[in-house]
Amino acid sequence: MKLVVVGNGMAGMRTVEELLKIAPELYDITVFGDEPYPNYNRIMLSPVLANEQTVDDIILNTREWYAEHNITLYTNARINKIDRKNRVVYTEDGTSAEYDRLLLATGSKPFMLPIPGKDLEGVIGYRDIKDTNEMIATAKTHKHAVVIGGGLLGLEAANGLKIQGMEVTVVHKNEWLLEKQLDKTAGKMLQKNLEAKGLNFLLQKNTELLIGDTPDANGKCRVKTARFTDGLEIAADLVVMAIGIRPNFALAESAGIYCNKGIVVNDTMQTYDPRIYAVGECVAHRGISYGLVAPLFEMAKVCATHLANFGIGLYKGSVTSTKLKVTGIDLFSAGDFTGDSDTEEIVLHDAVGGIYKKLVIKNDKIIGGVLYGDTTDGSWYFQMLRDGKAIHEIRDHLMFGQDSLGNTGHQGQNKAAAMNNEMEVCGCNGVCKGTIVKAIQDQGLFTIDDVKKQTKAGSSCGSCVGLVEQILASTLGGGYAPPSTSKAICGCSDKNHEEVRAEIRAHKYLNIPDAMKGMAWRTPNGCATCRPALNYYLLSSWPHEAVDDPQSRFINERVHANIQKDGTFSVIPRMYGGVTTPDQLRKIADVADKYAVPMVKVTGGQRIDLLGVKKEDLMGMWKDLDMPSGYAYAKGIRTVKTCVGSEFCRFGTQNSTQMGIDIEKAFDHMWAPHKVKFAVSGCPRNCAESGIKDVGIIGVDSGWEIYVGGNGGIKTEAAQFLCKVKGHDEVLEYSGAFIQIYREEARYLDRTVHWIERVGLEYVKQRILEDSEGRKAAYERLLFALQGVVDPWAERVNNRDKHKEFETISV
Amino acid sequence: MTHWVKVAPLNEIPALGARIVRSKGIEIGVFRLEDDRIFAINNQCPHKGGPLSEGIVYGDKIACPMHSWKISLIDGKAEEPDVGQTACFNTKVENGFVYLELKDPELKDLEL
Ligand code: SRM
Ligand SMILES: Cc1cc2nc3c(=O)[nH]c(=O)nc-3n(C[C@H](O)[C@H](O)[C@H](O)COP(=O)(O)OP(=O)(O)OC[C@H]3O[C@@H](n4cnc5c(N)ncnc54)[C@H](O)[C@@H]3O)c2cc1C
Ligand code: SF4
Ligand code: FES
Repeated sequence: MKLVVVGNGMAGMRTVEELLKIAPELYDITVFGDEPYPNYNRIMLSPVLANEQTVDDIILNTREWYAEHNITLYTNARINKIDRKNRVVYTEDGTSAEYDRLLLATGSKPFMLPIPGKDLEGVIGYRDIKDTNEMIATAKTHKHAVVIGGGLLGLEAANGLKIQGMEVTVVHKNEWLLEKQLDKTAGKMLQKNLEAKGLNFLLQKNTELLIGDTPDANGKCRVKTARFTDGLEIAADLVVMAIGIRPNFALAESAGIYCNKGIVVNDTMQTYDPRIYAVGECVAHRGISYGLVAPLFEMAKVCATHLANFGIGLYKGSVTSTKLKVTGIDLFSAGDFTGDSDTEEIVLHDAVGGIYKKLVIKNDKIIGGVLYGDTTDGSWYFQMLRDGKAIHEIRDHLMFGQDSLGNTGHQGQNKAAAMNNEMEVCGCNGVCKGTIVKAIQDQGLFTIDDVKKQTKAGSSCGSCVGLVEQILASTLGGGYAPPSTSKAICGCSDKNHEEVRAEIRAHKYLNIPDAMKGMAWRTPNGCATCRPALNYYLLSSWPHEAVDDPQSRFINERVHANIQKDGTFSVIPRMYGGVTTPDQLRKIADVADKYAVPMVKVTGGQRIDLLGVKKEDLMGMWKDLDMPSGYAYAKGIRTVKTCVGSEFCRFGTQNSTQMGIDIEKAFDHMWAPHKVKFAVSGCPRNCAESGIKDVGIIGVDSGWEIYVGGNGGIKTEAAQFLCKVKGHDEVLEYSGAFIQIYREEARYLDRTVHWIERVGLEYVKQRILEDSEGRKAAYERLLFALQGVVDPWAERVNNRDKHKEFETISV
Repeated sequence: MTHWVKVAPLNEIPALGARIVRSKGIEIGVFRLEDDRIFAINNQCPHKGGPLSEGIVYGDKIACPMHSWKISLIDGKAEEPDVGQTACFNTKVENGFVYLELKDPELKDLEL
């Protein structure tokens, strides 16, 4: 089939890229663009004007790229006719192309004030490379620039022209700058900062006309003066109009396609002609035209699935956020930041420090906000806004931002702006800030996933993802939209975790092939991301019935040992509650000798690790040890740390050691979305560190306190108080019910803290404390799931010939 | 010199899984895809030498267990943006047995 694309810009080519990803062979593709360049990153024109980038840097798809993908590209080629009956498009000079599907992505045009003098030399919009080059050239020969419009584009133009050496005046008809993005307070703060950079402002002024110089040799007249309605006149050798854009739909309209302030499309990006699709700034979707790239990319994704005949995906509109790309100025705004009588505001204003934050809240949800001076938490707020997250629990510290305390591994930094280019962002892969910024700019990256893929930053332990996100947001401006948290499980399917789990329950899928078939997976057998998740969802939804698939488990869980850097493994036997015996220790010592174990180490989890064991020795070692597996490798129950407690300690109020042993025995062999750690301390001195465990239990004189959602890893999180109970059995029931609900509802790879962060502690309390029937039932379900499960080491030792994969074949 | 060596019965290599074959000081990962096609590659990830046989097999790729590079079982190449390649060996299945083709000069290059 033939696909013709009109408009070689960001939205059009993004759609083509998305299409090539999912249906590379389906179409012969022809692209027409009326600019002389291949597709470039329009939003980076501002850095080009500010001397931070060159035109070559911002090319997104080179001519070689088009050739490699067999795409015919016509540049300098303007389509001026669509013959819908015969399905042909024509350029001005008569080149034609037939289509089966047509994609219109004609972008928009700068709106030019209809005033006398608008056609003079030196009066331009700010839209493309040509305009940018003209500004740079004019700055070399002329002095006075006037930018009409104090919006994002106008300010970026003004900043660039100033850097190019011109005297710049910004004319704006409102009372403050960026009135669409900022409230008055923030707008005034911005003005002050820009004045300090040397820009001049004329506010509440309307331009009446532009007056030309005497004509040159060719009879052309260059602009010389700008006059305002109040009579004021100022020198103007260059006038940049940045007062808005108008969707470019004249071509579509002339072909009889229904337009209303833009090309009208439905949620599948189809126009009124079913063979013709449209994406980008030229469209009007549900009455709205967007002027930022993030929504256009969402459209591109949806459109591509329909062009590929998958018939899935709907575009339902976007909430956008903005950032000004002027180096040294930090502002962020999103949603409705003005509010009305039904909304509340939280405001933090530090005039001296130059910081202003305002959040607008309605029905317990953030609906908009403005940040000025410190935008660190912009993406966090924006994500809550998009996800409609209830905020009452975090309301008290909302303004102080996402507490990044304890986030380790990048010099303790948590604000990207404060970092210089040489500083390390990703401690796992050694990636510096400068490398990330350069990759975003040069390679045209727009999402966290892109950055992870291209630079590796944030792709390992993930603790720096927040920093990477800030860097992305400040480099891209409004071009960055944080991903909604309810995203697809992986590239193999469009379903998110919740949908996958719900379908597994509704259709009672019991194995991975059936589940993939039933849910129309795109790949024959998934990938290393979705298969472990599916395997877990199947097992946790249908205990004793679903089929476990070892090949869909990570190596550690497949061989019940942790893989080491050199391909050997570690063996950590269970020592319930951290208690051992001389007998056990002797056995461990003998095994360590027999297999020449390179290192014996006491772990941070109160037991002993035998490190550096060869895969083929694992079975023999397990047999000789004759101890149960410690599951130190598992997304499942790990350790229950304990302290000495009332049996020995002079402060102990409860027998924490025994309690720990009982818990570890009761929940042994339990799989979970991620690892689960318990700790039991005998008094509030808390020597077992119950405050940073998934479930932390603290003995007090009158019973036991239960804390949940702690984490001592990448991001240290203190556990939150859930309840206090009296006796031993209640500890098991309450903590067991908590863990079971986590097992049933959290997304795969969520630790308890991440799950609670999403659903809220209130929800957990309601399920465990208020609904006592529900609690008991959940606890029963956990016990049922664990009934009769055997120790995996013993099972393998007893069925050696069924587990050939532990043996190396020699030839 | 080239010769085919018998490795194991097909059913002793798990589908979407692998076995390690050791020959003269080198380790080869022998992989079985869902459709029973067999591929063999040098068992060292081009990244930091991770044992590829321990990864997760999907489609015709293997995700390395160490840092999740994705290596093609067909040509041993790492998936973009990573770069690198690991050596491949020919395989065949006859009468339910898997065979591996070993070429002496090639093995010499790989010896540890
Ligand atoms: C062996 C041990 C270190 C030691 O020598 O003490 C250890 C070793 C590893 N930890 Fe740990 N962790 C060990 C206690 C801890 C603790 C302390 C604790 O449990 O009290 C923590 C912080 C507490 C927590 O989890 O909240 C800890 C937080 C992590 C994390 C970060 C988890 C997080 O959610 O932020 C990871 C990474 C992960 O799981 O994704 C990790 C991952 C790892 C892995 C499995 C890395 C990997 O994926 O290969 C390490 C295996 C090394 C190896 O070559 O075998 N390890 N790890 C400890 C084993 C305890 C045990 O007896 O089972
Ligand atoms: C200076 C500047 C800074 C910006 N900064 C940001 C920012 O920080 N964040 C953000 O999100 N957005 C920003 N934007 C907006 C962003 O660039 C646009 O939203 C985006 O480029 C629109 O994509 P599009 O494909 O719809 O249109 P375009 O990228 O404009 O592509 C349309 C293409 O079609 C061509 N065309 C039109 N008609 C025809 C025809 N009949 N035949 C052939 N070709 C035709 C046009 O010449 C153009 O090349 C900025 C824009 C500018 C100008
Ligand atoms: S044991 Fe834990 S902290 Fe130490 S290197 Fe491994 S993952 Fe990092
Ligand atoms: S060793 Fe294979 S990904 Fe690092």
